Amino acid sequence: MHALVGENGAGKSTLMKILYGMQKPDEGTIAVDGEQVSFSSPADAITRGIGMVHQHFMLADNLTVLENVVLGSEKLYGIGGNARKKIKEISDRYGLGVRPDALVEDLGVADRQRVEILKVLFRGAKTLILDEPTAVLVPQEVDALFDNLRELKAEGLSVIFISHKLGEVLSVADDITVIRRGTTVGTAVPSETTPRQLAEMMVGSELPTPETAESTVTDQAVITVANLTVFASGGASLGTEAEPTGGITLAPEGGEIKRVLDDVSFTIHAGEVMGIAGVEGNGQTELIDALIGTKNADSGTLAFLGEDITPWSTRKRRESGVGYIPEDRHRQGLLLEAPLWENRILGHVTEAPNAKGFWLNPKGAQDDTRRIVEEFDVRTPGIDVTAASLSGGNQQKLIVGREMSHNPKFLIAAHPTRGVDVGAQAQIWDRIREARREGLAVLLISADLDELIGLSDTLRVIYNGRLVADADPATVTPEELGSAMTGAATGHLEHQDTADTTEEAAGPEDEAR
Amino acid sequence: MKKFDKERLLLAVAGPVMALVAAILLTSVVLIASGKSPIEPYTLMLEQIGYSDVQVLIVNQASLYYIAALAVALGFRMNLFNIGVDGQYRLAAMTTAVVGAHMDLPAFLQVPLLLLVAALTGGIWAGVAGVLKVTRGVSEVVATIMLNAIATSLIAYLTLPEVFGELVGDNKTTGLMKESGWVPGIDLGQDVGEIYGLVFLAIALGLVYWIVLNRTRFGFDLRATGESESAAAASGVDAKRMILTVMIVSGAVSGLAGLPLLLGDAHTYSLSFPTGVGFTAIGIALLGRNNPGGIALAALLWAFLDKASPALDYATPEPYEKEIATIMQGLIVFAVVISYEVVRTWGLRRQQKRVGEELAAAANTKKEVAV
Repeated sequence: MHALVGENGAGKSTLMKILYGMQKPDEGTIAVDGEQVSFSSPADAITRGIGMVHQHFMLADNLTVLENVVLGSEKLYGIGGNARKKIKEISDRYGLGVRPDALVEDLGVADRQRVEILKVLFRGAKTLILDEPTAVLVPQEVDALFDNLRELKAEGLSVIFISHKLGEVLSVADDITVIRRGTTVGTAVPSETTPRQLAEMMVGSELPTPETAESTVTDQAVITVANLTVFASGGASLGTEAEPTGGITLAPEGGEIKRVLDDVSFTIHAGEVMGIAGVEGNGQTELIDALIGTKNADSGTLAFLGEDITPWSTRKRRESGVGYIPEDRHRQGLLLEAPLWENRILGHVTEAPNAKGFWLNPKGAQDDTRRIVEEFDVRTPGIDVTAASLSGGNQQKLIVGREMSHNPKFLIAAHPTRGVDVGAQAQIWDRIREARREGLAVLLISADLDELIGLSDTLRVIYNGRLVADADPATVTPEELGSAMTGAATGHLEHQDTADTTEEAAGPEDEAR
Repeated sequence: MKKFDKERLLLAVAGPVMALVAAILLTSVVLIASGKSPIEPYTLMLEQIGYSDVQVLIVNQASLYYIAALAVALGFRMNLFNIGVDGQYRLAAMTTAVVGAHMDLPAFLQVPLLLLVAALTGGIWAGVAGVLKVTRGVSEVVATIMLNAIATSLIAYLTLPEVFGELVGDNKTTGLMKESGWVPGIDLGQDVGEIYGLVFLAIALGLVYWIVLNRTRFGFDLRATGESESAAAASGVDAKRMILTVMIVSGAVSGLAGLPLLLGDAHTYSLSFPTGVGFTAIGIALLGRNNPGGIALAALLWAFLDKASPALDYATPEPYEKEIATIMQGLIVFAVVISYEVVRTWGLRRQQKRVGEELAAAANTKKEVAV
């Protein structure tokens, strides 16, 4: 099992794309089993026994596992009993526990990932490439995944594993390659390396930790959410109108419409970072939508600095000081094919320096973009390049810079450092901390539990649309949070001091620097 | 930084040029297949540009195409497909002709009034599709196609002699408009003809289009919606209001498309008023990349193919079918769609690569300095 680690934009994804035949190398060679090969498409790679499990699953929700697995490779074992037998055989052999006839939409994230792995094995892969497989999993699921991977290894398969989480890499990999700016900067043997050393190799500098300074929480409430409830598909986006009451399939259980957010209430004060932990798909997206106003609450109220903003439009909310770092920067945070300075305007088109009354002010926006590029260390040759040509981390720095430039009073930060390298991560954390000291209220939603624990002043756990548990970030461990995220624990999570030495080491804790 | 600008321009030009070259080559293939000279038709048509009367015809025709294509392009910029430009344009021309025939104000009031009537008619007609989309989720493509058919029937009814119509020979017209509503053109002499006065309206609309899209908040919202609906929504664009507004504005511009001809030359709406301009405009907007300059060139090209192709019929010793020009127009649209996509993805990739290279180079020099 070989792990590949490196900063964002270091070239990991490009390397993997070349290995999987999605991109052609300009120079150099690839050898499989000692034989030099060249791939012109993923199909070539598959015939050579290389398979890839993408970070974002490529499964059709309304098909069964069997159908998803045979899709595109019907010729191998047919689409009927033969294929089912093969799937069972693979599943049993590697302990994947996949049920061929389950509908994919009924499966959880971890199960879906196993289906993806099975899909690759079904096609006869001997080498698996896993692109950040643990990004969407809770700690318990990560352990299960690693068990599966060890199983694969024991059967003689090779696994190439890309991850940002260095602790995991060290625990599971046999060999580690670190790349930086497109070249290999070193290799490491897990047993002789600490996460810190590895990270320093990656960025070529010191490792940041998401520790917050002493508490800056004040008693001034910035945002108060009361009894917020959102029904499934209750809003309308461009062109598609879906009414909450008129759905045909929306009422599966006794005429009840699923509540994707159920009676959520909380208050965030000036200078407070409230973290929300939860497995993706448990209502985080809907909560963000309701707060920013792209999809309005079906019931409940939102108050911002004492004003009821429930009926306000998104634009009015943003103008009055709600900053927004969206969870999906490509879909919600950027115009990928527009130059950076136009992206600087996005979301703040009515505000200085982007506009003068009715008119745009391109000059002002361009000058300010240069400032952001400078201050937030966005690595780009200029402000006229398209956003798509920047690496993920630099795109994110641009977004953070943009949102921070308008002095927000309340910041919705959804996965602010997702897919961002360690260096950029530290800068983003610093910016959030800095603004927090000046009285910013932050709602932090993240899948990175260390980030949540390290950055938050208060922690809540969302499960199935409800805030089911709260915890003190000073004492809670990722494992405890993880069990609440799967619905196993509720209420106030008290830290149990059973094996304190190991758990203390598990995550960077909140302490004065 | 300038480098990237230049590259952008190059990419913008590469698409249409590739499409045109491909279309010409394919047309030549058709010509060869039918046993004709693959070169001569082009030279025959190009010769036509030299004649000043053909030039006037081209400019006049292009003005109609240009305004209609701006209307289409406006929708395209936010992924709204206004196929109903043709119906909006015809209905607006008809109502304008009727108002112009029955009202008689002094010219400085009459002409603005007629412009207003045309814009309102087009806007209302397109607004129907907009309202349906916003309130009921009806695709604007379906709604505008239907509205085209309804417009045809409505025009047929309103031009009946019992309603607003007036028979001139066997041509159903709306009666001659009052002279105060005629817009004088630029007379270039007896043999050459007259350039419509409202050609300047077309130019002005092109300028306004550019300014609105690139220099106003509204334009930014519109472009953002077109580039990424989800990002626009998150940035605070009210999608529904945007759809309705753009649909109405697009319709209003469509409504103006027939006026250069109506107020400049025809002075009545009749059965011989050109149809299909709205559909042609879709191809022109595509070729012009929804850019006012590009659309102007595309409109001129289209008008050239229209007006130069009749000469093929009179070619000696052997006439060519003037439909060659139609084949070419079709092939252009076809090639445009493909080549733009190719150029777009290629350009994006190329830029990504170059940005990567530049950053790596910058990093290396920094390192060297440090050493």
